[in-house]
Amino acid sequence: MKYEFTQDDLNEIETIKAKYPDVKAATLPALWVAQNRFGHVDGDVQKLVASTLDLPEAHVHGVANFYTQYYKEEKGKFVLDVCTCLSCQLCGGYEILEHAEKKLGIKKGETTDDGMFTLNEVECLGACGYAPMLQVTNDKYVNNLTPEKIDKLIDDLKSGKTPAYEQIEMPLRKVK
Amino acid sequence: MSTVDWKNYEPVLIPNIKDLHKIDVYRKNGGYEGWKAVLTDNEKWSDPKSVVNEVKSANIRGRGGAGFNAGLKWSFMPPADGGPRYLACNGDESEPGTFKDRKIFEYNPHIFIEGALIAAYAMEVTSIYVYIRGEYKAYIDMMEKAIQDAYDAGLIGKNIFGTDYSVEFYVHSGAGAYICGEETSMLESLEGKRGYPRVKPPFPAQKGLWGRPTTINNIETLSHVTSVINKGADWFKSVGAENHPGPLLYGISGHVNRPGVYELPSGMPILELINEVAGGMRNGKKLKAVIPGGSSTPVVRADQLDGVTMDSDSLREVGTMLGTAGMVVMDEDTDMVDMLWRITHFYHHESCGQCTPCRDGTGWLEKVMLKIKNGEGEIKDLDLLLDITTMMEGRTICALADAAAWPVRHTITRFRDEFEARCKKSVHAVA
Repeated sequence: MKYEFTQDDLNEIETIKAKYPDVKAATLPALWVAQNRFGHVDGDVQKLVASTLDLPEAHVHGVANFYTQYYKEEKGKFVLDVCTCLSCQLCGGYEILEHAEKKLGIKKGETTDDGMFTLNEVECLGACGYAPMLQVTNDKYVNNLTPEKIDKLIDDLKSGKTPAYEQIEMPLRKVK
Repeated sequence: MSTVDWKNYEPVLIPNIKDLHKIDVYRKNGGYEGWKAVLTDNEKWSDPKSVVNEVKSANIRGRGGAGFNAGLKWSFMPPADGGPRYLACNGDESEPGTFKDRKIFEYNPHIFIEGALIAAYAMEVTSIYVYIRGEYKAYIDMMEKAIQDAYDAGLIGKNIFGTDYSVEFYVHSGAGAYICGEETSMLESLEGKRGYPRVKPPFPAQKGLWGRPTTINNIETLSHVTSVINKGADWFKSVGAENHPGPLLYGISGHVNRPGVYELPSGMPILELINEVAGGMRNGKKLKAVIPGGSSTPVVRADQLDGVTMDSDSLREVGTMLGTAGMVVMDEDTDMVDMLWRITHFYHHESCGQCTPCRDGTGWLEKVMLKIKNGEGEIKDLDLLLDITTMMEGRTICALADAAAWPVRHTITRFRDEFEARCKKSVHAVA
């Protein structure tokens, strides 16, 4: 087998299984464990998850393909998911996407030659008040984007600096 | 025009208290007292039914968008038979424009946990699952920690407060699928499957998770339960609009100066929300249109908004809905054709593909809208779009097809001149 779970992963999967009365329910969380370990859940990883959970490969394959956050193939080291949906569109999400395309020299859906960045256009990420925004590799949100902020983010990531969690202050109600 | 005294309103869901997300701070501010009372104050809360009745009378209308009385929903659970029963908490926002529940995860997770525990006791539930969209990684981590802290404090688990009530509480992460916010799709996803909505009946209260009685409630809805138990149903009903009472999290986005989530009474006048709460329009532009509660709720023109308030009755009068109160504000420069095309793209992307009218219908809506957006459309395409919507609405297992059809129907109807201007001039007379 090309991929194998570590003992820690297997222990984690056992803990996950105990949360549910049926092993099938562990499919989504086990796919997450796998993606965190291997960076993606391609066909081989899906087979590994299926055999680990003792579930049909077709089931795991069907689930992995239904959900957008599972990477069905290898991606860049950093995946930039730029939201362009409704509020982000209204606040310049497409300009941000275009700027990122230029900066990285790739089109949306593509990965840079050095394997560092994959750029995607994605649907609503639930940060509508802080538009436009993007998410880095299924993790941190980077909000209120400007072309300068994109440039800085990409330069930071290149030098190994990942973004911190951006806490958004609750807006103060300025009452007359 | 406003009868809502919002300027003196003190937030309860996300009050301005430093570090409220920490369990000790929450408890110092009266946290988990309601939960303790429900389990141990046998005079006030004689049995689970007494909790259901209080919540039912508070008329907490579901904050996930459907607006159904939460306590009434609870009362649909069949009598306990000794087997497992489930509460599934829906934290799978967002319908575009909706970003409110994350504020509870971030700033006051324990008010939600407490409300979910009270709901679980009221329905004699044995396990609680909170389903959070996978993109909310940061909030999933926060909730895992908050739930662990509550376990460590003896507030969740076996024989809570020395009573014979026991309940488990788990976090389940989604993985990117809007449809999983639909309640039966969420159950499928929790069971480890593709998120295909289920045919109802049977309803989840009869056959939910793993075929057992299950109730699904939104995160904000459950958080309100804590306030209803602490302050009483009468207090809750005294806040905001009569037929849609209580505090409400308004998520305001788009072309305003201060977008964000604001906790205020229900029934807020829309224009006060925009001009006073959210700081008015950006760059001094004029207001053009508002989508009041997420992308599926029909858009309203600015000239329709005088005196309109954020409650179901008032919004119905102008042909729209409260939805999730995730309000999207658009200024005079907004291109309604582009905006609507993006919404059709969203629903096409998110259709699960089970039902033909939705799978094909959402695709056709996007295709025709793209044509119009690119200046290739003809006037008759507008009628084609309206035709497609009638072939989608009410013809599918879940409401995604309706949610995709409404914005098309109403945006075209209410901004028809803009759509026609974008279409090619027809050399034939238009019927």
